[in-house]
Amino acid sequence: MIVQMIWQSAAVVLGGLLLGLVYKGLDRKLAARMQGRIGPPLRQPFLDVRKLMVKENVVPRDAVPWLFHAAPILALVAAATVLLYLPLGGLAPVLTGRGDLILVLYLLAVPAVAMALGGFAAGTPFSAVGAQREIVMMMSYEFPLAVVVVGIVWRTATLGHSPAFSLAVVSGTPLWSLVGPLGVLGLALLLLCLLVVTPAELSKIPFDIPEAETEIAGGLLVEYSGVNLALFYLADALKTVAMGALVVALFIPYGLAGVFGLEGLVAGIVDVAFFLVKVFAVVFASVTVVRVAMARLKVDQVARGFWIPITTAALAGLVLLILDKAVVG
Amino acid sequence: MEETRTTFEIPVGPVHPALKENIRFTFRVEGERILGVDVKPGFVHRGIEYMGMRRNLIQVLYLSERICGICSISHPIVLVQAVEQAAGIEVPPRAQYIRVIVSELERLHSHLLWAGVAAHELGFDTLLHLSWKVREAVMDILEELTGNRVDYAIPIYGGVRRDISPEQMPKVSEMIRYYRGLFEELSDTFLRDPSVEARTRNVGVLEPEEAHELLAVGPTARASGLRKDVRQDWPYLVYGDMDVRALTPEDHGLEVRGDVFDKIVVRLLEVAQSLDLIERCMEEMPDGEITSFPKLPALLAHLKKAEGEGIGRHEAPRGEVIHYVRLEAGQEGPSVWKVKAPTYSNLMPWVPMFEDQEIADIPIIAASIDPCMCCMDRVHVVRSGRPEEWTKQELLRRSWEKTRRLCG
Repeated sequence: MIVQMIWQSAAVVLGGLLLGLVYKGLDRKLAARMQGRIGPPLRQPFLDVRKLMVKENVVPRDAVPWLFHAAPILALVAAATVLLYLPLGGLAPVLTGRGDLILVLYLLAVPAVAMALGGFAAGTPFSAVGAQREIVMMMSYEFPLAVVVVGIVWRTATLGHSPAFSLAVVSGTPLWSLVGPLGVLGLALLLLCLLVVTPAELSKIPFDIPEAETEIAGGLLVEYSGVNLALFYLADALKTVAMGALVVALFIPYGLAGVFGLEGLVAGIVDVAFFLVKVFAVVFASVTVVRVAMARLKVDQVARGFWIPITTAALAGLVLLILDKAVVG
Repeated sequence: MEETRTTFEIPVGPVHPALKENIRFTFRVEGERILGVDVKPGFVHRGIEYMGMRRNLIQVLYLSERICGICSISHPIVLVQAVEQAAGIEVPPRAQYIRVIVSELERLHSHLLWAGVAAHELGFDTLLHLSWKVREAVMDILEELTGNRVDYAIPIYGGVRRDISPEQMPKVSEMIRYYRGLFEELSDTFLRDPSVEARTRNVGVLEPEEAHELLAVGPTARASGLRKDVRQDWPYLVYGDMDVRALTPEDHGLEVRGDVFDKIVVRLLEVAQSLDLIERCMEEMPDGEITSFPKLPALLAHLKKAEGEGIGRHEAPRGEVIHYVRLEAGQEGPSVWKVKAPTYSNLMPWVPMFEDQEIADIPIIAASIDPCMCCMDRVHVVRSGRPEEWTKQELLRRSWEKTRRLCG
């Protein structure tokens, strides 16, 4: 049992890494095309990682070495662990029954905390500024994210499914068809909020404030090089897949196999393939398109934006779901 | 402003992704807020004036083109003006028109280049790629007319080196039409994009009084509402006939605020203005000679005999550029050559612009004056291998001394 689980975990993590890098390649290529450029080849992220792996790993003089080295590992491990809790297409999460959505929320925050720690541990002005910004960003987007998750879970629970915080249960209960019109509106609002939180969680334009190449030269990553930087890069790739998979699990957990009446291995393959397409669609819509169409915002603008309009929208979605419960039952 | 424990210093430069050239800012910041800034230029001093004073005037012309890659017509145009004034050389009208056409083409490409850089500093790379893509049209025309994308080698003492042929005219008109058709789209993407507005409105404000007192020039001054433009105030070449007016955001129906947004507005307006000027020059350009000295040896001989001093002024894309030249009879090169680039005047306005802004605003404020460090770095004081700094008092004392010496 344990051995099988280890094998499954390894497969999921490796698959996630592969997929994350492919998504990164697609993201870069598509963004380039939208900007009127040719863009790098699809395998560029793989080449980048291979190159970073053989480069020198520089540690700044004023750094706290153990924390500086621990941060990228922590980020990668946390991002990998999230994947093990998420349902991947027709497959149940590898660690079903050992943790729930609350754990996933915490795990999603860990890579950001690790990056901030690494930034502070580097002990240089740019990385310190980047780390401060990362913390402010987290304080801004975590609350709307939590509201979204709580809204979904609560409505699932009121429909009599339990344990409600289990991702397998949530993704097994597509809410869209189970709630009334008010509920659909509420869900749409929550989905919108989650799509806005996604690029912030992944530190992509307009929310790439902690890294901000033209302002603070890469911010909390400025001192990282070689293997450490590669680990952060891989953690980012995994986190991209994880965020996409989370959105899919919460809002679009539909499969194709049932529609076509497929069974067995074919059904599994079709569902996993469809799942990958859905994750890619989410990443494309909330990361690639947004980062091509916007300028970088300032950290105070982001904080205000998340605290007031986005949080209000998320709470409004929650209230609509509550009203829907009162009307539909 | 008060110092607290949370105040720390952030160095930006001499090498930093936000800076396209080398300069050093030291910001005192508290959290994200900038309390003050110390600007230290002097990293790209190349001794151009010194080299120029040891070469003959024709070589100096080509050297002056290499002061700046973007203003590579502005510096030679000013230099020939100064030398023509010193040596009493007339310039045929057709040559004057050609000089104006090429310098307005340069303004066009320089402003589009700046728009791209500004968008990049804001993290808006799509706009960078768009601006630089449309900039190619004017680069192609510059290559068509001069043979080069940069360093056009067009002015020469007494005229220009290349004529514009009748076959080339339609190509230029084609380019003007292309940009006019694009203008709406460009101003829409820059001026009506909410994320651009969020990053540039009320950022890096330069009050009109400050701009006036600190002698800001070019779009930096005009964005603060000062109607200041060499082409309008001290017309030269054929600008006097063109009714050039210094443009401020008011001409776009906006209230002047002097922020980065206004600087974008002014530069966009100037793109349209340059198109009009080029079109008008093409229509009004008379036929005739393009230089009063077709043979270079005759020109060199004339310049060698010349004695006197001259000052040239020109409105470069970034503001007023001035060259001072003194010629002595029997000497092939200038005995004095002094270059003042627009960025030099726009350094001090940086200080009030940065005050009380955020770290995130540093790149766009730095870029908003369209700085060109290697044009500007003229002096670097080194004593026994160590750089030395002179204060305002020291500089004043030295200039008084020099004035007394000159007055005998």
